[in-house]
Formats: sequence, C-alpha cells, structure tokens
Amino acid sequence: MPATLATLDAKFPGAFATSAFRDNTRVEVAADKAPAVLFDLLKCLKDDRGFDFLADIAGIDYLNYPNATDRYGVVYALTNLATGERLFVKAFANDPDPALPSAVPLWAGADWMEREVYDMFGVVFDGHPDLRRILMPAEFTAHPLRKDYPLRGLGERHNFPTITRAES
Amino acid sequence: MPVEALPRLDDAAAGQEFLYTLNFGPQHPATHTTLRLILTLDGETVVKAVPDIGYLHSGFEKLGEDLDFNQYVTIVDRMNYISPFANEVSWHHTVEKLLGIEVTPRCKYIRTILAELARINDHLLCVGAAALDLGALTAFLYAFNEKEKIYNVFEAASGQRFHPSYSRVGGLMNDITDAVVDLIRDFVKTFPKALADLTRLLNRNRIFVDRTTGIGHLSKADAINTSCSGPVARASGVARDLRKDEPYLAYPDLQSTFKVVCSTDGDCYARYLVRMEEMAEALNIIKAAVENIPAGPVNVALNDKVTIPDKTATYRSIEGLIQHFELFMWNRQWDPPADEVYGATEAANGELGFYVVSDGGPRAFRARTRPPSFIHFAVFPRMIEGHQISDVPAVLGSLNIIAAELDR
Amino acid sequence: MALTGLMPDFLVTKLDYVANLVRKHSLWPMPFATACCGIELMATASSRYDIARFGSEAMRFSPRQCDLMIVAGRVVMKMVPVMQRVWLQMPEPKWCISMGACASSGGVFDAYATVQGIDRFLPVDVYVPGCPPRPEQLIRAVLDIQEKVTKTGTIDAREFAARSGYEGPTALAQELAPEEAIVAPGDFRTATRLRVPLN
Repeated sequence: MPATLATLDAKFPGAFATSAFRDNTRVEVAADKAPAVLFDLLKCLKDDRGFDFLADIAGIDYLNYPNATDRYGVVYALTNLATGERLFVKAFANDPDPALPSAVPLWAGADWMEREVYDMFGVVFDGHPDLRRILMPAEFTAHPLRKDYPLRGLGERHNFPTITRAES
Repeated sequence: MPVEALPRLDDAAAGQEFLYTLNFGPQHPATHTTLRLILTLDGETVVKAVPDIGYLHSGFEKLGEDLDFNQYVTIVDRMNYISPFANEVSWHHTVEKLLGIEVTPRCKYIRTILAELARINDHLLCVGAAALDLGALTAFLYAFNEKEKIYNVFEAASGQRFHPSYSRVGGLMNDITDAVVDLIRDFVKTFPKALADLTRLLNRNRIFVDRTTGIGHLSKADAINTSCSGPVARASGVARDLRKDEPYLAYPDLQSTFKVVCSTDGDCYARYLVRMEEMAEALNIIKAAVENIPAGPVNVALNDKVTIPDKTATYRSIEGLIQHFELFMWNRQWDPPADEVYGATEAANGELGFYVVSDGGPRAFRARTRPPSFIHFAVFPRMIEGHQISDVPAVLGSLNIIAAELDR
Repeated sequence: MALTGLMPDFLVTKLDYVANLVRKHSLWPMPFATACCGIELMATASSRYDIARFGSEAMRFSPRQCDLMIVAGRVVMKMVPVMQRVWLQMPEPKWCISMGACASSGGVFDAYATVQGIDRFLPVDVYVPGCPPRPEQLIRAVLDIQEKVTKTGTIDAREFAARSGYEGPTALAQELAPEEAIVAPGDFRTATRLRVPLN
C-alpha cells in the first residue's frame, strides 16, 4: 500500500489527500481537482498498480455532516485481485452542477453503479454512455437519497387512481 | 445440441424491419420476481437485451439512515431474502468494524454456522428454481424439502423461520439451545443424501445439460471487468472468495475444512456445478464448526455500551438496566467515531459489502450496500446476446437475481 | 354407479350453491409475487404444505386463466400500474388476497417509494398478516376465500356489483396536510412504456 501511495504521489503531486480508518485506506480528491484528475488517477491505479476490480461505487450526500466542506462524495472501492489489497478513492462534487468523469471506459461494471449514483444523488458522470435513471421511474423529478429529500417522500407514492370492485 | 453463439449484429441492423421488440416482465413466471427485460429479437435470436429495473425499489438505503444499527437488521434481512442471515452477518460485520468491537468466539462460530446454512438455502433455491424454469419440477420439490429443514433450524434459533433478525451489534439476540445444535447435526447427517439425489436428478439430465452447456458464457476478463463476484465469477475462473482472502468470523480457524470451488467454463452449467459443489463445501464447514462451538457468552461483556443485555441482566442488575436504557433511548445509544468504513463478507451471491458513514450518532449517516445481484444483472445483456429466447430463463436462473437485493 | 341405489334420481338445489361449490374448490391463483412472500408462496405450493389439498395448486401466470390474485410482497410506485393492469385482465369472478404486512400496509418499508397498502388502489378480500406469513396462514386465507365464496357468492356475480364504493382506508393523499401534499409531477402509469418523456 505505501508503494501505491508513493506512485500516486509522484504522478499527481498535491492532487489528493490520504486518510485511513480501521483497515480502509482512502485517497481523497477535492471537488476542484476531481474533474481533471480523477480519471487519470483511477487509470493509473488500474494499469500501473493492478487495482483491476471495481468492487463498488457509493454516493454520499454530506449535507449537514459535521465539518464537511463539499456536498457530494463518490467512493470508488477498488480491489487488487492479485494481492487482495483494497483502496478507496473518494472524489467530491458540489452544487449546482455536480459532475465527475465516468469510469465506464476503465470498468464496464461501473455502468449501472454510476447510473444508480446519478439516480439517487443527481451527480452527473461525464462520458457515461447511457446516463438514465435506473431505479426510479423516468418521470420522477427528485433525487431520493439526498439529505434534503424526506424519508417518506413528497406524496409520489399516493399518486395513482383507485380501482373499486364494481368497476373492475 | 447447444446453440452456437451467433455473432452480434452491428448497430446498423438495430433499426431493420425484421427485428422486433419483446417486452419480458415485470410480471413473468421466468423472472420469478420483478425483473423486466426489453429484448430485440431477430426471429428467436436475442440481438439486444436491455434490462429495466426498479420495480421493487423500496428505499432500503434511505431507511438505513433513519433506523439504528440494530433496527436496520430487519431491513437488511429483506435484501437477499433467500439467505437473510448472511446479510445480517455482513451488516453487523461492518458496524462492528466501525465501532471497533471483537465479538466472542462462541458468537463467531454460531454466526458462521448459520451463515453457511443460509448459503446452502440460497443455492438450493437457485438450483431448484433454475431447474424448474427448464422444466424439471422434481428437483425443485427436492430442494424445497431441504429448505424446510433449514427453516426449522432458524425457527428454533430465533423464532422466525424466514427472516430471523437474529444478529445484534456485539452478539446475537440470544444464545442457541441444544435443540438447535441437534437440528443442525441432523441436517448435516441427512443433507448429503438429498444433495446426491439432486445431483443425480440434474447433473447428467440430458435436457438440463443441453439447455445450460455453452449458454450465457462469461469470460474471466469480462467477469473481472464487470465487477462480478461469488459463484458467477468463480464459475468463470476468478478464484476469489472472501472467506479465504479476507477471513472473518470463525473462518480463520476453519480454513482447512473447505476449498474454493472454481470452474473455467463460465457458462450456465458451470455456474450450476459451482453452486452444487459450494453446498458440499458449506456442509463441511458446518460439520467441523458445529462440533467445536466454544463455550462462553454469546454477547460481548457488559459495560462497553454496545450490546443489549439479556433479560435476566436487565431485570436483576442495575448495570444491565442502565445499559438497556442507554441502548434504547434515541438520543443515547452508540457512540461511534465520525468516520466511514467498508466491510464485506462472502454472501451466497457474492461479495456483499456495506459502506457505512457515521456522523457520530447512533444511526448510519449513509448505509450503502454493494449488492451482488445488481452487479450480476448488469452483465446479463452480454451473456444473452446471440442466444435464443428460450435461453433467457436458463441464464436468469443461473445468475440467481434476487429482485429485492437488485433494487433495494 | 355404485351410489345409484342409495341416492335419489334428482336433487333440488340452488344454482348459486352449485356455482359456489364448484368455484370454491378450484380457485386458480395468480401469484403476483414481488418479494419475500413469493418464496413462502412457493413453499406453500411445494411438498410439505401442498396447497393442492385445497384445490388451489394450479398456479397460472397468465391473468386470463385465474380467479384469485395473491399479491405477495411489497408493491412500489413503478409496480402499481402493472398490478392494476394484471387485476383488470383477470376474468370475473375474481378475488384478491393481500399476502404479508408489506402488501397490506407497507410493513417496515415506510419510505418514499413503497405503497402503504395495496388496498388503497385495489379491492382486497382477505389480508394475511405476517412478514412473511407462514404457509399455514396462506392456506387459512384460501380457506377464508372459500368461505366467503360459499356465503356471498352468486352464479352471475351479483355480489360484486353491490361493492361499488371504495373499500380501503382513506387515500393517503387525503390524510396529508395541505402543505405536505406536494405531489411530484409525472404520471407513473407510463412505467412500462418504452419511450417515456424525458424529465
């Protein structure tokens, strides 16, 4: 793991910060650098350091999180299948137009995961081949996992006609 | 004869008149639950498949931000509802990682045994339902007989046969009794015969073999590139199993009792065989673990403010009463570090992970799930393209897509 | 026939009675299985519980061939139009079982996408509590439907015409305070169309 971080440091000096908690090592890319750096950083990790397996992409909305400076975080959970190492790359994005480069050219598996993050948080992935809603109906207007969207919704779930027994 | 995979038609052919669109689902017997496929067909050959999901999206992750670490177990149960306990193990594995708790040896063994039972349960349903879709009803009934025995174990342990909600932060809801151990021993004794029956019904069944061999091929490079895990990846030759690679619970002690099952064929039949062999390996783990369950408490010790004390301690001691009170008052409860952690275990379908962000409160700020079904269903189009429409149920059955885990 | 000597040559009965007798012993379920309850529905149909003992083993996945819809599992926003369409496609006479807490009330899923009880959008005859209900409870529900058919059934299904009112609880939209009732734009009845308007 130190070798990986050293490689990243040599290639992208000052572009990221690192942190660790329990057995997770994180590489954090700030919101102003992420659009330019993120794709190359992931590509470097995949091609040079052998992180060939994208386990997960998780979106997070840091609204009202203590000491948070950026609103949206997207975490790429990478795994090196040869050594079993895990590395978490976290990129930030901000309103009004949260956008990050798409990882689909690197991993085909990122396709649906990025669509889910877009659906749930509204983070746009530039370069994604087919960025549509995936879980919510296409007519849906909100992004439900944002912190300013209420748990019980805004009444969308009641928005259907009722069928009575006599008319069916 | 297995149908040779036809070359993919190029995009120019997609607008041709001879192609037509078939809507498959969301309510269709072969999809079992609420999957929907939009197939573009050339005669009976699938040219293009576009999955459409979300017909069971019920906001699990939003609920995870509203419920505390113990309450969310009930929701996690309903993700992969065929192996609920494996989900609980994964969730509490992550939460305990966040809180920095090491559970007791007895709890580790019990969780391991029950998670392996859940794995057998899941594979039984997958194999049985895949056979049912291909016309072999008998195998399905045989599989369900064994599932009922596993339900009996969970019912004896937790009181609920289907969704046990048995795991708690730092331990289990209650200790298991000797009756549960006897039930597990009985199951270990009788299951090999049932598994042999299933094997004899399907392994050389001409129809089953012909309809699955060479169908839905996934290469090793594709499996890695598309993030597949679990039996789907192992059938394509990716020898990755978190029980071996990142041993958790009691697996470090049990390494010698099981092997990682792999195949290099990558087709539906290989995935079926991997699942059958994994059941045998899971049985070996259970067999070794059930005779070696350590004595001692099942929950971590009191006074660390993480585990719900049992009723005797709550009613008879002031420490128990205080801890019970602390853990059930909405503004007290746990005190995790304000940080985030990813924890993953090997569930029946593959790597089931949770990414938990905590803001220092008793609820997760964000409880992201890494759902294996979601990732495997994304690979479905590249498996089916070029095959016949009758192969759709075969491929779906071999992937074991659970809609609740797919949509959450 | 062996009974020829014992039975009279003719019986006098009501047509309603005959129709009910026939209907109740051959209820063909349409398993609208969405989630966990669907697995228990499969368990009910398989060897240990064997719903065939009550004449309901002929599960048909085509709504045109069924007269008992079993909604097993939660129903969410995208699925409601599908469920209503399947219900409308079933021929009369037909009944509906709402299996499990989620279908009956939303269950533990009180979140933005889950419908809080299918009875807000469909007429339901029997509710089965449980999460998921045990197979015995589902069999009990089938027996309850059989009893309902016996007691209220008529040969030309007159009893349904009487049920013209809305039978479920008050629609949730009416329970909301005016300031909460911001219903998002968009008609989710188009959920299964291929080309939907972009938002």
